[in-house]
Amino acid sequence: MSTDVSVRNSVPRRPTSKAGPALHHGKYTFVVSFLLVPVGIYGLFVVSPYLQAIYISLTDWTGLTGGQTFVGLANYARLLDDEQFLIALRNNGILVVVVPAVTVLLGLFLASMLNVGRRGRSGVEGVRGSAVYRVVYFFPMVLSVAIIGVLFKYVFAPTQAGGILNGLLRAVGLDGWAQPWLGDPDFAFWIVLLVMIWSFVGFYVVLFSAAMQSIPKEIYEAALLDGAGRFMTFRQVTLPLVWDTVQVGWVYLAIQAMDAFALVHIMLGIGGGPSRSGDVLGLALYRSAFNSYRFGYASAIGVVLLLLTLVVAAVFMRVARRERVELS
Amino acid sequence: MTVVSSPPAPAPVAGPEHRPPGVGVGERAVNLLNGTFLLVWALITTLPLLWAIVSAFKSNSEFLAEPFGLPGEPHVENFSRAWTVANIGQYFVNSVVVVAISVPLTMLLGAMAAYVLARYEFPGNRIVYYGFVGGMIFPVFLALVPLFFVVRNLSALPGVGQFLGLNSHVSLALVYVAFSLPFTVFFLTAFFRTQPTSIAEAAIVDGCSHFGLFFRVMLPMAKPGLISIGLFNVLGHWNQYVLPVVLMNEPEKKVLAQGLAALAISQGYRGDWTALFAGLVIALLPVLVVYVLFQRQVQAGLTAGVLK
Repeated sequence: MSTDVSVRNSVPRRPTSKAGPALHHGKYTFVVSFLLVPVGIYGLFVVSPYLQAIYISLTDWTGLTGGQTFVGLANYARLLDDEQFLIALRNNGILVVVVPAVTVLLGLFLASMLNVGRRGRSGVEGVRGSAVYRVVYFFPMVLSVAIIGVLFKYVFAPTQAGGILNGLLRAVGLDGWAQPWLGDPDFAFWIVLLVMIWSFVGFYVVLFSAAMQSIPKEIYEAALLDGAGRFMTFRQVTLPLVWDTVQVGWVYLAIQAMDAFALVHIMLGIGGGPSRSGDVLGLALYRSAFNSYRFGYASAIGVVLLLLTLVVAAVFMRVARRERVELS
Repeated sequence: MTVVSSPPAPAPVAGPEHRPPGVGVGERAVNLLNGTFLLVWALITTLPLLWAIVSAFKSNSEFLAEPFGLPGEPHVENFSRAWTVANIGQYFVNSVVVVAISVPLTMLLGAMAAYVLARYEFPGNRIVYYGFVGGMIFPVFLALVPLFFVVRNLSALPGVGQFLGLNSHVSLALVYVAFSLPFTVFFLTAFFRTQPTSIAEAAIVDGCSHFGLFFRVMLPMAKPGLISIGLFNVLGHWNQYVLPVVLMNEPEKKVLAQGLAALAISQGYRGDWTALFAGLVIALLPVLVVYVLFQRQVQAGLTAGVLK
């Protein structure tokens, strides 16, 4: 990990204020004055909404002025009969499994090509132009998800609306493959998923590259001398040594993949696309709250999203905690 | 994994004539294949962006008739149409205003909180710290409903209420600050812990107050960390989508990401695609330029987010 803060292990982890009596003078006034505003803003806009949301999910609050009556778990019971919610839940489930898996695989593949993919006279080395690739691959990460959504809405648009993919298919004689991609319930959600992967891969290439560059070159030289092939080298050398980064990246990706709100909202519309086939929980929540003003119900969806996030984080932490390799 | 400590095996000594294998024809072919994969992904990444940029200079009929061709002449007027008629200019200014308030405030408040949490022992320190850090795992969607009402009710405050409430850029910036604090505090707390205590002691001996120590010594020393997390926040706030969609619904108050998405829906109906693409380019070029200029710092700042 080549971040600036990685040296923090060398200092005591506990906060210290052992700087003599002078520092104790007025310490509490200082601490309070520094914490007051950040904690106040955080409490007002983050903590209190989260706590309220959990309570609201137990009420029947509807309408901008309606009262809140406590109804227990009735909203949650209703969720189970809501077909639309179940579609959204299924889609979130798919996103959480497929997006991290494909992104990590592609990221590892490209990062290993980039850093150790070339075998020449001087042993294992990165490809030429790897610095340029690293810059280019990272482009989607700095773009707003709104820009990406709009861009791909038009990539996959029908030809009469300027859709470039259908135009490309026609140009190479594959007219039959042209589809109203985002208008077809069989494709719409999967295209959003692909776009999501497109936007994430580059970031993980850069992340894994950083981890791979900290692997000592001698290890690769040794593997080469022992006659290990590329795949063997990757399995036995590269992967174990970047495994820590991979597992952190995996959890982070799973949490990122939960939030497909912007892409689905922009590419498929507020309804979640044709037959609402591309719906996701964030969008279902938004519709319940700000289109139908069913605030209790919307908050129940939010709590489900939170539980799903916690479960995913816990599961991945457990699964990914395999044996670690110490480099020393 | 249990590590059994055993004396290290003597390193195998390679024979003097032993040259690395792998410069044969087969290896060279695989090298070539690898290069091809990398190039293909680079094209997949850049071609959609290039297409958007080229389309922004076309006329609407060219856009439909020759999706792959170059524009006959550069239709620069697309950009002025996007800027004025399609309101992208207004959205752009709105985004600049919000980010100009939210990022410095996030950095200042985040650094203040992180500093006392990292370097002062007081009852409740851990509670406040984990209160902040725990916010990283909560999905923002759960907060949306109450947040909408919290922000709406701010306009009822005496005095400052007229500057707050829904459709206020100050409110939106404050909400950005609040939702950025968990990661900012987390990152900067780790950073302030690395600062040597001896310098703090020296400053105190020289008669520095707690405030002076923070603003004149600690904050300047934390500059590398502040730059990383600052770039992270600039991009995050500039690109934020769901919060403005909920909190800003007056058309002239929208921020860029949100306004662009709304434009994509309305311009599609009007058939003025090239103004939309010009708007898209106006939105993506500043970010790409900043990124290319500061790519090392941006990559470090964003990847640090995962590695911490």
